[in-house]
Amino acid sequence: MATIFGINLFALSGQLLVGLINGSFYALLSLGLAIIFGLLKIINFAQGAMYMLGAFFAWMALNYMGINYWAALIVVPIAIGIIAILIERFLVRPIANEDHLYSLLLTFGIALVLQGMFTHIYGSSGLPYQIPAELKGGTKLPFMYLPNYRAWIIVSSLIVCGSTWWVIEKTKLGAYLRAGTENPQLMQGFGINVPLITTLTFGFGVALAGFAGVLAAPVYSVSPEMGSNILIVVFAIVVIGGMGSIGGAILTGLLMGVVEGLTKFFYPEASTTVIFLFMVIVLLIKPAGLFGKEA
Amino acid sequence: MKIMKKTVLAAAMSLAAATGAQAAGVSDDVVKIGVLADMGGVYADICGPGCVTAVEMAVEDFGGTVLGKPIEIVSADDQNKPDVGSAKVRQWIEDEKVDAVNGLVASSVTGAVTKVLTDAKKIALISTSASHAFTTKACSPYNVHWTYNVAALANGTVKPMVDAGKKKWFFITADYAFGHALEGIASKVIETSGGEVVGAVRAPLGTTDFSSYVLQAQASGADVVGLANAGADFVNALKTSAEFGLTETADVAGLLVFTHNAKALDPAIAAGMKATTGFYWDMDDQTREWSARFKERHGSIPAMGQAGAYSMTMHYLNAIKAAGTDDADAVMKQMKQTKPNDFFARNAYLRNDGRMVHDMLLVSIKDAASRKSDDDIYNIEATIPGDVAFNPMLPACDFK
Repeated sequence: MATIFGINLFALSGQLLVGLINGSFYALLSLGLAIIFGLLKIINFAQGAMYMLGAFFAWMALNYMGINYWAALIVVPIAIGIIAILIERFLVRPIANEDHLYSLLLTFGIALVLQGMFTHIYGSSGLPYQIPAELKGGTKLPFMYLPNYRAWIIVSSLIVCGSTWWVIEKTKLGAYLRAGTENPQLMQGFGINVPLITTLTFGFGVALAGFAGVLAAPVYSVSPEMGSNILIVVFAIVVIGGMGSIGGAILTGLLMGVVEGLTKFFYPEASTTVIFLFMVIVLLIKPAGLFGKEA
Repeated sequence: MKIMKKTVLAAAMSLAAATGAQAAGVSDDVVKIGVLADMGGVYADICGPGCVTAVEMAVEDFGGTVLGKPIEIVSADDQNKPDVGSAKVRQWIEDEKVDAVNGLVASSVTGAVTKVLTDAKKIALISTSASHAFTTKACSPYNVHWTYNVAALANGTVKPMVDAGKKKWFFITADYAFGHALEGIASKVIETSGGEVVGAVRAPLGTTDFSSYVLQAQASGADVVGLANAGADFVNALKTSAEFGLTETADVAGLLVFTHNAKALDPAIAAGMKATTGFYWDMDDQTREWSARFKERHGSIPAMGQAGAYSMTMHYLNAIKAAGTDDADAVMKQMKQTKPNDFFARNAYLRNDGRMVHDMLLVSIKDAASRKSDDDIYNIEATIPGDVAFNPMLPACDFK
């Protein structure tokens, strides 16, 4: 096999691709967080739990109702979005005018309750969820074997992330959204229903986590712990990208996937810490994050 | 009135004398077993509340009393944290008069707890920990290690594969004490059997994405990729191996597989994989009978540590009965003198180092077509005699 300086090139280039795959996962998850924080100023610690819920709903839909993967990809995010809307309306809104810390604690509590509930009902070993038949197998590239399902993860998450960015940054709806959060009174004066926009945005941001959960179900085991494991990493990514920067969340997500993948190749023991190390360095040099605007 | 007082006093004194005489048998008038395990975390399914159920069943089957004294159970969650576990056990010993601690899952917790127990001369009944340290470098006259250990896993799974010509091995190892121990002992078995370890990669505990590690294993050109991890790590590593086609070019060997994890795997991926286990519920009528009772109470089939917890509790209570006391030294002596023999312990004996030697099973995971129910997971391929599975006793740990 081709090697340079004792490094296996096939493994390395495979690694870069794998990093990109994981990065697209991170991008999807951090995007939801960035939208919710950027537009609503809510630090949503339940995002990981909603990702877990997405995977579990996909499993339940298949096993209890016979709803297959493709349908789940649409139905589950909608269901999670509705749950999020209820949470926003009845739990988050009453404390919307308090310090950010309160929404953080509230959503953290919700996450713990959900995780505990699912551990109690389904145990901690995880549940199996098969890769849909259409995406089984893989493609042999010159340097690696690319599983079709992983390729699908890249494609679908890039489409979802890209169109979300486009809607928020380039369309009239996005402009209302941004304006509504800048100056709610003024927008209300123009006859725009700001609370409704807020609720829908929260629902959409959380639905993204649900979508990521369905995508994750076939590759990771569906377990109550899956959300809490990934949440901290995703928060670090949002911070590195710049709190609230939509494009920053997407690009940093992809970038961190690659950084983490390379660390796994060269020094695997550090792979869980490298993102946090990166976060420390970025915060020291650029406190607003890579793509954040200086306050 | 005076006479009345005297009579009462005399009666009270004779009563005290009577109970005092019996107290020589059972200290504090109760035999108390603590069950310490991870009750809600990643290892909750493999011991956790199920170990409590198993110990309760043993106490009930034994009759609820020993030497005329009640047997009580207390339980606690160690959260997989050594400090939490050892603090709890210290409190049990000081305030609650616990005589022995059962359960014990994460090897790190067990290491901390067995030290506390040894200092207090109380018995550790280790049901689910994998490390072999408790009967080697951390051996103690009060340790009983029942179900399995890493040596038995390596001897059971690795050796037959090397003998069958699978010489080149690569390890994906959980990056903590248990993973290192398992990789170390498996490597030793490979090398002494004429094989070679071509590389290893250490994945942090709780890794969800194993694709990078799988790519490195693939690039190593090994015949066998050994997964020196457990639980969700094992499940995720195997799923990723199948996705990236590793299972087609090399054998993937799970070194520690629990039935609950095997159940969580898609049979299309896991079918044919071999593993070593201390117990399988569907082995014969005896195991099926007990497992059915367990499942009725607990809701799922027993994991090996849960069956072990029952068997070990029975052996412990029988030893108290035979020794006529719950004194730890006398009970340990009795436990080592009598051979355990029940649905779990086959051809079994307890060595002086506290290692319970019994037949292990080499199993393979069934494919979807040959499964009769959700719980029908394994084919039993072979029985591995205890003396082959477990490493010999170290002279330094020969506690007579």
